[in-house]
Amino acid sequence: MNRLKRYLGIIWILLGPACIVFAIRQALLEVSPGAKTPPTQETYTFWIIIIAIFVPIAIGMSLMGYYALQGDYDKLETERGNV
Amino acid sequence: MTKEEKKVIRSVIAASSVGTLIEWYDFYIFGALATIISTKFFPAINPTAAYLSVLATFAAGFVVRPFGALVFGRLGDLIGRKYTFLLTLILMGGSTFAIGLVPSYATIGAAAPIIVLVLRLLQGLALGGEYGGAATYVAEHSPSHRRGFFTSWIQTTATLGLFLALGIILTTRNVLGLETFSDWGWRVPFILSAFLIAISIYIRLRMQESPLFQKIKAEGTLSKNPLKESFTRRANMKMVLLALFGATMGQGVVWYTGQFYALSFLEKTCNIEFVEARNIILIALALATPFFILFGWLSDRIGRKAIMMVGMVLAIATYRPIYKAMFHLSDTSSKQEIVENRTSDTTNAATENGNLATTEITRAFADGTTYKEVTKTIALSDPAAIAPKPTVLKEVKLGKTAFWTMILFVFIQVVYVTMVYGPIAAFLVEIFPTRIRYSSMSLPYHIGNGIFGGLTPYIATRLTTYINDPFAGLWWPIMIGVVCVLIGLVYIPSRIDENVSD
Repeated sequence: MNRLKRYLGIIWILLGPACIVFAIRQALLEVSPGAKTPPTQETYTFWIIIIAIFVPIAIGMSLMGYYALQGDYDKLETERGNV
Repeated sequence: MTKEEKKVIRSVIAASSVGTLIEWYDFYIFGALATIISTKFFPAINPTAAYLSVLATFAAGFVVRPFGALVFGRLGDLIGRKYTFLLTLILMGGSTFAIGLVPSYATIGAAAPIIVLVLRLLQGLALGGEYGGAATYVAEHSPSHRRGFFTSWIQTTATLGLFLALGIILTTRNVLGLETFSDWGWRVPFILSAFLIAISIYIRLRMQESPLFQKIKAEGTLSKNPLKESFTRRANMKMVLLALFGATMGQGVVWYTGQFYALSFLEKTCNIEFVEARNIILIALALATPFFILFGWLSDRIGRKAIMMVGMVLAIATYRPIYKAMFHLSDTSSKQEIVENRTSDTTNAATENGNLATTEITRAFADGTTYKEVTKTIALSDPAAIAPKPTVLKEVKLGKTAFWTMILFVFIQVVYVTMVYGPIAAFLVEIFPTRIRYSSMSLPYHIGNGIFGGLTPYIATRLTTYINDPFAGLWWPIMIGVVCVLIGLVYIPSRIDENVSD
């Protein structure tokens, strides 16, 4: 189980930047002149807020993956009080 | 538990729950009265006001809540739970009351939307600080074997707050009449908040500080910098991230899908009539609310993780079939029509630059469902001018069996909500130490619920538009749920941490 926890850590590390790239790509698609529906002020506000709040969260995801890879979550089942 | 202990815990739960319920009430009335508020404060003709309206919706609802969690979480770990969640209550009540008194855009111009936006932001901040305090306060009074049961009462308040908000709004509207309500009556639910908050403050002032907080204060082991300790110490930060990605993220999307996206789907995709759609949601919520307590109680016996994970897995696996069945129930093309009951009526009215033709078609079906379609077409007198596209309003009223079946489908989703939400307060309390508990648990809770959950209706609607599939919106809760379940199953420990006085 601990090996699985560590291997999955690599996926969480990669998932963080993948989410950031996806969000930025999607934002560019929606605000570009050739967008499916013409961008409005709400479109810009929505994407600025989305990217501003999801970038730190995606970094957090990568950080969790790093902790998992380092084995920080290996002993949670037996640790008392956790912290 | 002795009789005296039972009396104390009952009053602790009541004081915490009533305050949290009123905070939810305050938060919901703004959303429920959004249409009136936008006409009074955010007129669409003024671009700045319209922009502030978008900010009021997104920023206060989602972005500010985690900041409130940080601000008040820190205070709660420094000065105590009791005074901090008293402060959030005063801030929420004061902001709500003040919204009810702000002169409209027509009276004071651009200052009106700015003041309302600031007050709405304060509401979001207060909400961000309230839940962590209430959950911590109740959990720190609870014996270990009943912690899930006692904290689950707080979980019911979000639903009960919605009932209270809708109840007071509908009562005010019925008493004053629609015209007076639209004129000034909409202010009553806001102003009434002051009265509700006063009662709650009176109850909370009589309560004692949490015994665990008192203990660490007496021992002199309070944290000097709770935020630094919570989010820079690796041993704690790993648990904050685990709580977010392994529990609250999935819980947030399941909650908002079952309670809010379902309503949007009923109205926009199934075209269910306005009042009927709300009745379906309210009845399903009322029937499912006791399950919060049931799953809180059960989590004391079989563990928090098992119930939350089963709830998420069931949601992920059944969302698409459930929504397809909901769509099918309202799809009139698969129903047997009583053709002789079909009516069609067209009226014409002269307008400034042409003619407005309104065609109303009503159809009845063998299962009692009725369908109304109103098409408005403008024909311009100038043949060279380009006429606007016709507007089509579709409205489905379900027959008795379909109505109750629809309630069953929403009820199932709300039961999932109670599974993931009922045990979560106890789970969050148990994974963090007393000295930084308020700060540590508030942030993942509000990112999970405010951001992942709160954005569900918006992201789901965008997905539906982008992919052009009525069920595409469900990919958001499904994808987030899958990641959360995977992380939760692999990393979250199954045991219940009985000792929360660490």
